[in-house]
Amino acid sequence: MRDYTVGGPSSITAAEDGLVDADCYKPKIDRELIKQLMMRNNGWAIAHIASWFAALGVFGWLAHLSWGSWWAVPTFGIYGVLYGSMSDSRWHETGHRTAFRTKWMNDVVYYIASFMIFREPETWRWSHARHHSDTIIVGRDAEIAFKRNVPFYKFVLELVGISAVPNEFKQWIRNSLGNFTNNQKEFQPEETFRISMWASRIYILILAGVVASCVLVRSVEPLMFIGLPSFYGHWLVVTLGITQHAGLAEDVTDHRLNTRTIYMGPLNRWIYWNMNYHVEHHIYPSVPFHSLKKLHLAIKDQLPTPYPSLYQALREVVPTLRRQANDAAYFVKRELPLSVNI
Amino acid sequence: MSTEWISACDESSIAKNDVARFDHLDGTYAVVRMSDGICVVMDGLCTHGKAHLAEGFVDGTTIECPKHNGRFNVLTGEPVASPVRVATTVYETRVHNSKIEFRLIK
Ligand code: FES
Repeated sequence: MRDYTVGGPSSITAAEDGLVDADCYKPKIDRELIKQLMMRNNGWAIAHIASWFAALGVFGWLAHLSWGSWWAVPTFGIYGVLYGSMSDSRWHETGHRTAFRTKWMNDVVYYIASFMIFREPETWRWSHARHHSDTIIVGRDAEIAFKRNVPFYKFVLELVGISAVPNEFKQWIRNSLGNFTNNQKEFQPEETFRISMWASRIYILILAGVVASCVLVRSVEPLMFIGLPSFYGHWLVVTLGITQHAGLAEDVTDHRLNTRTIYMGPLNRWIYWNMNYHVEHHIYPSVPFHSLKKLHLAIKDQLPTPYPSLYQALREVVPTLRRQANDAAYFVKRELPLSVNI
Repeated sequence: MSTEWISACDESSIAKNDVARFDHLDGTYAVVRMSDGICVVMDGLCTHGKAHLAEGFVDGTTIECPKHNGRFNVLTGEPVASPVRVATTVYETRVHNSKIEFRLIK
């Protein structure tokens, strides 16, 4: 059984094997082109964020109007996905500060999206940096969501954040009191704990305000708009996110072997902000969401064949995770293109 | 430490808003040319992790590290975006006879 504890015994093995902050594979790409692709654009990001908030507003309003009728099911269903799933990609891209050209715009959206996806912003900023240094390196990567030797039903329950959200809430409470776990201390610098403490306090206060308004109006409706969508709207991001790394190689320094690129339609790419080009994102995290498709076209000959659809990727991921529950040695080996494999 | 001017490259070999790598003895440097044409030589390796800033992205007076998007002020070397927390070294730089030159004194 593998020990995934960050900073645990596996981290010592990883260091001995040269897997810590290692040089990862980079494809060949023209400097002028990659420079173009790294360009930020406030206009694109503003348009996308505005369309997201507009969709939240429209479906939120429809959900409110339909409260008490069966129409509330589909309207809250869509509102929940816009809130509890779509916030993930906005959280992610603004966390990298690649969405907007202007730093503070990234930071504002990052703090809002972090609350919606139910992640304390500062700790997750550092865990995500670690995820990029040591992607799927056991004992180092703090964001290995789909571990081996885990019964598959547990992943299914995460479709509604059954343990992720309550665990995160417990951490907010601890952080708000100035207590930090060994896990956090492993990847987050101590001088940033204050930010985590205050962010946790503010997020808890917001939630307390929503609960108080529920009591005031004697209805759970306010929580259906803020708070609960992090559970009931979470399923889509799990469905999309499970395809990023699950079932692939651990402890390798080539993102082509531990990450998937999947072709998706325009709706999913809008929701997911092109994170389906996940190999490309990991190799070049400075390329913003709106240029990932162009980056993919430029380097795809040097990458494994992309999955033709989300469905095809899930057809591989689900049976693999089921098998890995009992067979930790099993994983999917991605085939590298021969021309760059020699 | 040497106070000699070290020639890094031709000014024209780096486009505006770009950066190139220069290795000298056992050191590695990032040679930045900003949009206004000002050239700055700084330490090549990021102070946060194992990445070369020459693969990064120059925007105005900041350079972004290619690994975790940490940012430095090109003129002062100060960190301006996490996860970078430690300042980097910026060297005295000049353009002389169309060459970008720098001195290994801070
Ligand atoms: S290595 Fe430069 S920001 Fe992390």
